Amino acid sequence: MSVADAGRTSSPGVNWLYKPAVRQFVIQAALVVAILGLIAWLVHNTAVNLADRHIASGFGFLNQRSSFDIVTFLPLTAEDSYGRAILAGLVDTIIVSVLAIIIATIVGVLVGIARLSSNWLIRALSTVYVETLRNIPPLLVILFWYLAVIAALPSPRDAITLGSAISLSNRGFYMPKPIFGAPFVWTVGAFAISLVVAYFVKRWASARQMRTGTPFHSFWAGLAIVVALTLIAFVATGAPLSFEVPVKTRFNVNGGLTLSPEFTSLLLALALYTASFIAEIVRAGILAVSHGQTEAARALGLRHGTTLRLVILPQALRVIVPPLTSEYLNIIKNSSLAVAVGYADLVAVGQSVLNPTGQAIEVVAIWMTFYLGLSILTSVGMNIFNRRIALTER
Amino acid sequence: MSDIQAETDLFFVRQKVVEPMPPPTRSSGLIGWARANLFGSVFDTILSIVGITVALLIIIPLVKWALIDATWVGDNREACAANTAGACWAFIHANIGQFIYGRYPDPERWRVNLFFLLLVAGIVPMAIPSAPFKQLNLLYIFIIFPVVSGLLLVGGFAGLPEVDTEVWGGLFLTLVVSYVGMALSLPFGILLALGRRSEMPGVRAVCVAIIEVARGVPLITVLFMASVMLPLFLPEGVNFDKLLRALIGVSLFASAYMAEVIRGGLQAVPKGQYEGAKAMGLNYWQMTRLIILPQAIRIVIPGIVNTFIGLFKDTSLVYIISIFELLSTIRNSLADPVWATSTTPGTGLAFAAAVFWIFCFGMSQYSQYTERRLNTGHKR
Repeated sequence: MSVADAGRTSSPGVNWLYKPAVRQFVIQAALVVAILGLIAWLVHNTAVNLADRHIASGFGFLNQRSSFDIVTFLPLTAEDSYGRAILAGLVDTIIVSVLAIIIATIVGVLVGIARLSSNWLIRALSTVYVETLRNIPPLLVILFWYLAVIAALPSPRDAITLGSAISLSNRGFYMPKPIFGAPFVWTVGAFAISLVVAYFVKRWASARQMRTGTPFHSFWAGLAIVVALTLIAFVATGAPLSFEVPVKTRFNVNGGLTLSPEFTSLLLALALYTASFIAEIVRAGILAVSHGQTEAARALGLRHGTTLRLVILPQALRVIVPPLTSEYLNIIKNSSLAVAVGYADLVAVGQSVLNPTGQAIEVVAIWMTFYLGLSILTSVGMNIFNRRIALTER
Repeated sequence: MSDIQAETDLFFVRQKVVEPMPPPTRSSGLIGWARANLFGSVFDTILSIVGITVALLIIIPLVKWALIDATWVGDNREACAANTAGACWAFIHANIGQFIYGRYPDPERWRVNLFFLLLVAGIVPMAIPSAPFKQLNLLYIFIIFPVVSGLLLVGGFAGLPEVDTEVWGGLFLTLVVSYVGMALSLPFGILLALGRRSEMPGVRAVCVAIIEVARGVPLITVLFMASVMLPLFLPEGVNFDKLLRALIGVSLFASAYMAEVIRGGLQAVPKGQYEGAKAMGLNYWQMTRLIILPQAIRIVIPGIVNTFIGLFKDTSLVYIISIFELLSTIRNSLADPVWATSTTPGTGLAFAAAVFWIFCFGMSQYSQYTERRLNTGHKR
């Protein structure tokens, strides 16, 4: 028996209360009992309160008729149930979040690179953009678009138009709506197949370059394959795509594809607000790559663009992706500000379900489940991406 | 001398004076600066021209709207309705009292002013690194000031009439909500972070659950929960003030974010510090309080300030449960028929943006200053 073992097993002079294992057990048991007690007390109070107010708990209300009159991307009528209304709200949340993520990433990356430009004016403009947007509440940005910009646009009668098909007024943004014929499936199929072909071309090109050192313009070749195959399929099936052009009546515009003022202001605000944070993340990521990397790449004879694409960006991405993920999560969570302008997202629909039914606990539970679910999905996706680009060490 | 040259005819000796070269292009002064920073290459020049155009397209209308075409004086919408091309600053001027104090009764506004004064007296010495009495200052910030100002603002004793929290509003309420959120999120965040790093799986699981759930959902849902579910959770007859419910929601939400920031600091403290403290015979709380936290918090001061900025901006969401802080007070007064014109919303929101911007930009500059102060010697 070694000295250490002796110390651990036999401690005759020490009270058992001072043993770490015992203390840890006692503390944790106390914590668990306290939390269970708290939960039991809350459940009891809730049950009493619900009984007093004659509210039946459970999710049965989801099947009741909603009689809502709200505009969502998923068609919704007054005959539909509360459950379908909540589903429509979830779809609205996902649509606005995904679009905002795409726009915010593009704008954010551009502004982030512009902040490192050697051009003083570009640097100054992007700094002003970032410092302004980062320091005001997102809600204010949404209200700014909604109340101060879109509401101040002309009425549909004298809308700002581009040709006859696209118009912008205080009723929203109108544009032609694409109508896909049934044979359009073939075009989509051809597009998917061409992507696979392009992927294999890329693999072959990389393998050959590894073997022989001969480079191959796989990007342009791939692009040519995708465009050509898709176009051929599209034309061969008789171009099954037409547009429904919005028609201007006396007071309004009918038909076509409409972006409502609520949706537009929410989307623009979320995208531009978050872009200012993404810009800072991109800037920090590029600055985090040591200057020696650039110098070494130049010494090897790589050109400026190639250096950026093959040496700087892959290393910067390792620094960029984790905080970028949390910005994406912020977009999803901030999309709940839709309730301030009346865009029918998950929270807004949930609120209108809550008012007539009084099912507070169930609605809050639905919110939490869906938002946590969306957050987890996003993090899992970004983590997979992160693992792909992470530093592979020996 | 030249004679000798002519005589010797050495081929490497110059025979005549060289013409002076043209002077180099200006590398200093305004032109030199512009050449280096704006017109370095063709691409740079194009960028600069686009940039100048964009800047002028933004600056000229903005200056015209905010200054040249603006309406500065007026008693109601008449003055601004005649001139909708410019800002309606008369609207701000007429409502400024409401924007700062909400509906706090006029004769009692000195109490709010005293609150502002006490707040500045606590924060300013804390923010100056060389100011003395830091421990007393902490005591003031976390205990004395909240208690004193709470009593002062609510009143109901010693001749101070009671002011219901229903009438609190404006910038004053924004500061109250964010201050309470900040002052509570720091200690709770520290506890949650310590719990998340605990060796006891039970404690760790509870803290992880609280942190991840609060960080995974929007603040709006937390506020809704505090507003519609808290009354259901409590025994009958127990009723909470609406503001108090909002404060609980905001603090819980901010604590989760704070916990993650502080956990970063705890992880950055080298393991040797923990081992050294244990070797000295300190117990867990002594080690945490005397060795670990002072180092950990010092590292993450910028992160803490960033969380404060986020919290300050998030206070604008309490309007969801109809509490009227600065932004919602302004939004409410936009609908006031006395002032409603097409330019009033822009003016009101611009004012709100300016106020929020000053506070947040100030905090972010402070956080950068701290970062520079702590970073000495690490930069190339």
